[in-house]
Amino acid sequence: MNFLNDPINFISAWLRGLLTGWGLSNGLTTVIIYLIGITILIVFAMVLDIALVWVERKVVARFQDRLGPNRIGPFGLIQPFADIIKLIIKEDITPSGADKLLYNLGPVLAMASVIILWAILPLSSKVFGVDLNIGLLYLVAAGALGTLSILVAGWASNNKYALLGAFRMVANMISYEIPMVVALLIPTILADTMSVQGITQAQSGMWFAILSPLALLIFLISAIAELGRSPFDLNEAESEIVAGFHIEYSGMKFGLFYAGELLHAFTFGGFMAVLFFGGYGGFFGLEKIGLFSWLNNPFIQVVVFLAKAMFGYWVIMWIKYSMPRIRIDHMLAFNWKFLTPLALVVLVTTAILSKVLAGLPTWGYVLGMFFSNLVIGFITVEIMRGYGRKQRRTEMGLPPQKIQNKEQAV
Amino acid sequence: MTADQTIFLLCAGLILGSGLMVVTTRKLIHASLWLVVVLFGVAILYAILQAGFLAVVQVVVYIGAIAILFIFAVMLTRKEMLDKGTQTRSNWWIPALFGLLILIGLIFLIIGQPSFGRTATEIPAGVDTLRNLGIALVSPDAYVLPFEVASILLLAALVGAVFIASEKKE
Repeated sequence: MNFLNDPINFISAWLRGLLTGWGLSNGLTTVIIYLIGITILIVFAMVLDIALVWVERKVVARFQDRLGPNRIGPFGLIQPFADIIKLIIKEDITPSGADKLLYNLGPVLAMASVIILWAILPLSSKVFGVDLNIGLLYLVAAGALGTLSILVAGWASNNKYALLGAFRMVANMISYEIPMVVALLIPTILADTMSVQGITQAQSGMWFAILSPLALLIFLISAIAELGRSPFDLNEAESEIVAGFHIEYSGMKFGLFYAGELLHAFTFGGFMAVLFFGGYGGFFGLEKIGLFSWLNNPFIQVVVFLAKAMFGYWVIMWIKYSMPRIRIDHMLAFNWKFLTPLALVVLVTTAILSKVLAGLPTWGYVLGMFFSNLVIGFITVEIMRGYGRKQRRTEMGLPPQKIQNKEQAV
Repeated sequence: MTADQTIFLLCAGLILGSGLMVVTTRKLIHASLWLVVVLFGVAILYAILQAGFLAVVQVVVYIGAIAILFIFAVMLTRKEMLDKGTQTRSNWWIPALFGLLILIGLIFLIIGQPSFGRTATEIPAGVDTLRNLGIALVSPDAYVLPFEVASILLLAALVGAVFIASEKKE
């Protein structure tokens, strides 16, 4: 065991030797080492968060044909620090009639619900918090805490817009949790485990994004809904309810919500990488060849993981700044009438096919899975097309009949 | 005292204290949030007992669904959610007496168990408790019948809810 092959265990073994050498008991040493590890992981996530603010502002500027922050430091790199100083020295206002304790608890819970996700995020095969055998369920449980934080913040602010925003957000998160759970079950079936390390290792030959592109799509959509980012940002629809659940928060308390949202988006990008793009690995067997064995180095793996997570973060931003906000009834109808049934169909098909195709060679298995997804996608699009045509015809007062020729098609 | 015992005692104190707050606090919304703390404490207890699956399901189902539903319903009922007046009835000592009797009975029952005072056995490495649970739920010589009956019951409740909520077509 040396530093380059297994950095975390190397440092922890060294620390253990040092601390027990000082005469500390074994149990206390374990507690101290774990506390240091947790602190380092959280600090890493928070420092990354500062970088994410800069990335977000630069990328949105490009989407909107602007330059973005470019005054302070090269490429505006020091801008986030200026923002932080501004947020810290702003006046901290607590509205009259607010529930003091809950009002202050809201932003802390919002940030915490994101940070606890980092416990299971596998940065590399050697660098990770903990490898739970219920990893994906843990992801769902952390989402439950996020819902709670927004409900608490919206209620404690003593503001009708805040409460309305909180209600919308909870309706959004509770309903999109269902397709998300179903979409999470598909990698579980494919990898035969719920542990994120196991899922990553199961993809060393083939990404699940190729085996089940529909599951990736469903996960992406429900992740965006869970984040409450556009097109699902009804919770802070500024043209209707000013700023939603965080309307009354000022200074760093608002900053915590904002930073929490960005880090949440990045974390979901990371989970997208883990579940569908092979996480820190997934080089299609390349790392087994002697020439490319450096791909197994934990430092390289962390870089690969962060790059894939950043790609997911970028996709979420791309969607956010390209789509208009959807209406609340459309949002609920889209979930219950389209996304949930589709997710269930994909789940059942994947479950059956994974047993039927198990005997085939790898290429047969991959092709079978991929084409089953294509067929489901095609049928879905056809059903939607027929439904949309029927609706348009009834709106125009035409009978919803079959189309005889191309000219009649509306 | 081992680390496990310390965590257990802290956790039990948290659960009992929060449970007391649930019934004594005057704000309905605070009561439901204290209930969340109680449920979270129970989840920690499951985690100490190496039942990670139960712990996470506890958080998902009880905090993520049931407690949120409570809070939602409470927020929609009354504007001023403060209870006024005394919080006890004149015959409060009768249920208190019954509660005390049940507690004493339970303590004797637990002390009488042969496993009392033993430390929990470590689950040997390589045993996947989650996989064993899943297989037990669907194998015919274990719990497949109760599992399926519960599923049908839940499905019936779901269909019933949809039927009640749907608009009557004239």
